[in-house]
Amino acid sequence: MFRNNYDNDSVTFSPQGRIFQVEYAAEAVKQGSVVVGLTSKTHAVLVAIKRNAEELSSYQKKLFAVDEHVGLAIAGLTSDARVLSNFMKNQCLSQRLTYDRAMPVESLVQSIGDKAQINTQQYGKRPYGVGLLITGIDETGPHLFEFQPSGMTQEMVACAIGARSQMARTYLEKNAEHFPDCGRDELVKHGLRALKETLVQDKELTLENTSVGIVGLKEAGKKGLEYFKVHDGPEVKEWINSVADDAEAGGDAAEGEGMQVDE
Amino acid sequence: MDHRPQAWGRPRDDVYGAYDASYMSTNNGPTQHTQQPIVTGTSVVAIKFKDGVVIAADNLASYGSLARFTDVKRLRKFAGTSVVGFGGDVSDMQYLDRHLTELSIDEAYKSDPGHSLNARNLHKYLSKLMYHRRSKFDPLWNSLLVAGLDDDQKPFLAATDLLGTTFTSPSLATGFGSVLAQPIMRRYAPDEESAAQLTQEKAVEVIKECMKVLFYRDARSMDKYSIAVITKDGVDLKEDEKLENQSWAFADRIKGYGTQTV
Repeated sequence: MFRNNYDNDSVTFSPQGRIFQVEYAAEAVKQGSVVVGLTSKTHAVLVAIKRNAEELSSYQKKLFAVDEHVGLAIAGLTSDARVLSNFMKNQCLSQRLTYDRAMPVESLVQSIGDKAQINTQQYGKRPYGVGLLITGIDETGPHLFEFQPSGMTQEMVACAIGARSQMARTYLEKNAEHFPDCGRDELVKHGLRALKETLVQDKELTLENTSVGIVGLKEAGKKGLEYFKVHDGPEVKEWINSVADDAEAGGDAAEGEGMQVDE
Repeated sequence: MDHRPQAWGRPRDDVYGAYDASYMSTNNGPTQHTQQPIVTGTSVVAIKFKDGVVIAADNLASYGSLARFTDVKRLRKFAGTSVVGFGGDVSDMQYLDRHLTELSIDEAYKSDPGHSLNARNLHKYLSKLMYHRRSKFDPLWNSLLVAGLDDDQKPFLAATDLLGTTFTSPSLATGFGSVLAQPIMRRYAPDEESAAQLTQEKAVEVIKECMKVLFYRDARSMDKYSIAVITKDGVDLKEDEKLENQSWAFADRIKGYGTQTV
C-alpha cells in the first residue's frame, strides 16, 4: 500500500532527492557495535567493543592492520569490510613494490572512497554496508579518517561510529581540546572513556570485549614508528582498570577534566 | 548523406575521386620494437658527498659518430628534490621526461605537500618501469642515474638500465664513464665513509675532472655539459657549463692508431 518505490536500487533518486539504498547502508553502520578513533600530535588510536553472537561463541574482530603504518576499525557488515580491507592491503603493497614507500594515508582513504562511490552510481550494484575508521601515520604525522558507505571520507581529530556512538562523540567533543598533547596511554584512556559512554546499563568493558589499536611515533628521543598493532585480551587489562577507577569516582562529563589534573 | 561510418569525415568519393587509404594500411610490415638506440647521449657521472650528490652529463646527442645535437639537456629535475641523468637513446629519454612530468603532476595533485616522491621512491619506480618494458621485449634504451636524498635526508645515488638492473654506490657512472670516470671518483670516494667526508667543493672538482677526462678520451663527448648539486636546500642545476683548463699535451704521445705512419 505505502511501499517505497524509490529504494529498489542505488541509482534512483526519490522525489525528495534522496537515495534510499545509501541511507539504508548508513543504517547498517549504526547497527554495528561502536568503534572510537582519536589522534594526538604523535599517535592515532582506535578502540572498539567486540560482540559475540552467542554466549559460547568467540568475539567478532573489529580492528585490522592494513599495513605497517595503517589500521582500521569497522562498524557494519564485516564481510563488506573484508573486501575493503583486502583492497587497501593490496594498494599498500603495490605502493611498497613500485615506489618503496608507505602509502600516504590520505590517498589510501581516497581510493576506497572512490571505490565505494561508484557502487552508489551504477545499476545492479549496492553500497558497502560498512563504516570505517582508518588510522595511520605518514610523513605528515598521525591521521584519522572516517569512511561512510556513500563514499564520503573526511579527516577527523576524533570520531565514533556504530551503535549509540552519539554518546561517545559527545564525550570526544567535550574533551577534544586535550587530545593533541596527550601521550600514548592517555589517548587510549580517553578512547576507552568515550567507549564506556556508549555502554548500556549492565554492560562494561572486559578483557574479552575490548580491542585497542595504536599507531604512532616511537617515544620521544627514539627515531622511527610504532607500527599499527591491535591489543586484545590481557594486553588491554591495565588500560581497562585505569578507566574503571575514575568512573566510580566521577561518572559524568566533568571527569575528563579531572583526569588531566591527575596526570 | 552517406550512412556508413567509414565514409564520415572523408572527402566524398563522387566529388574528389576514390579516397587513398594507403596511409592507414597495415601492410607496412610488423610493428617493430626498439632494436638499437639511434640518437644517443654518452656518459652520466655522479658522486655523493657529505650533504648531497653531484651529477653531470654533457650536452651532446650523437647520431652514430656524428655530433648531431649540441644543446641536449640530459639532466632532469624531479619534484625540485631529485635529479635524473639520462644516457642512451635520446627519444626514449624524451619519453621518460614526459612520463616523469606526468607522474610529478599526478603526485602533486593527489595529496597535500609533504608527500612528494623522493629520490629512492623515484629510482624504485624507474627501475620497475625499465624492467616492465624489457619484459615486453620493447626496452627503453637508457641507462639512468637517480640522485637526491632518501627518507632520512641522507644522500642517495642509484642507477638503473634498459634491463631494469639496479645498482647503488658512493660514485656511479654510465657508459664510457664507467671505465674512464669511475676509477677517478673511487680515488676520492672508495666507500660510503669516505663519501661522507667529501666536501661539496671537492665533489664538484672531482666531477669536473671526470668530465674533462671523458672529453679527452670519449669520441662521442663534448666540452659543454650540465652539472647539478643536490642538497637539503634543493637542486642547483647549471645546464650551460664549459670545460676549463684543458690540456692536450698528452695527445702527441699517443701512438699506434689514427693517421700516423711511424
